[in-house]
Amino acid sequence: MTLFYGTELSSRLMLGTAQYPSPEILADAVRRAGAGVVTVSLRREAAGTRAGQAFWALIRELDVPVLPNTAGCHTVREAVTTAQMAREVFGTDWIKLEVIGESDTLQPDMFALVEAARILTEDGFRVFPYMTEDLVGAERLLRAGCEVLMPWGAPIGSGKGLNNLFGLRALRAHFPDVPMVVDAGIGVPSHAAQAMELGYDAVLINTAVAKAGNPAEMARAFAMAVEAGRMAYIADPMEERDMAVPSTPVIGQAVL
Amino acid sequence: MRILVNGEHHDVTAASLAALLDELGYDATARVATAVDGSFVAAGRRATHPLHDGAQVEILAPMQGG
Repeated sequence: MTLFYGTELSSRLMLGTAQYPSPEILADAVRRAGAGVVTVSLRREAAGTRAGQAFWALIRELDVPVLPNTAGCHTVREAVTTAQMAREVFGTDWIKLEVIGESDTLQPDMFALVEAARILTEDGFRVFPYMTEDLVGAERLLRAGCEVLMPWGAPIGSGKGLNNLFGLRALRAHFPDVPMVVDAGIGVPSHAAQAMELGYDAVLINTAVAKAGNPAEMARAFAMAVEAGRMAYIADPMEERDMAVPSTPVIGQAVL
Repeated sequence: MRILVNGEHHDVTAASLAALLDELGYDATARVATAVDGSFVAAGRRATHPLHDGAQVEILAPMQGG
């Protein structure tokens, strides 16, 4: 059982709610994914515009735990203020902490991330930090009070899969007891299965589902891949070998 | 008094953040969060949070996110 800040999720698939063709398709995708968590955000809303309120009504109807993010924040102050606003609006102390340091790759700014994580943890937040697979950064985040880590697979929205397998393996091995989620960069279900086979506790997907030709079907495919990958991890995969080893027994083989 | 709300200039008479929301026409039941000059202002403190000329107010609502 994996606990995220003391909570067991109904599924190891976390799903983003952005970029779907329509609210109905988003709702279908969340249901078909059986998502354990959905991520949400905050944006400016003018008086009389009800888009935000309608979205919130939809999310409440889906009855899935929400993980608000601080997407788009580039400084500690922006991220901290956004997190505080999100806590009030969404009524949860969970926050997916994003502090972006580089705009082409949307790479997390690990220095600002650690600082923001420390401030938010002291303020009672349960921080899910969106991070690179940096071991030293991970250590600092844990010291800052994070009890979950969320390394990227590849840049957000790129669909490139797990860019640094070695790094993700090393991170998993260094902190075997810390719940970890691969967030960002996953493009197809096999990428998600791979993350789960490495021993990651969950994956967070958005673009790969929302931008699929059939988001609801893709959501279901991801759910199956996550389950298969987790089952495979528990079943303890074989060691990879460089040379062939016959699988059919050679004893008793005829000499012809 | 001229203030900036969500990046747009508004000439308002409201003296507090709560009065501003009302003056701009936000529904009292709307689920929004507020910040003034980069700092969060909780819903319970809006009525007593004064505004000053040039204040930068952010009014945010739920939206889709990844």
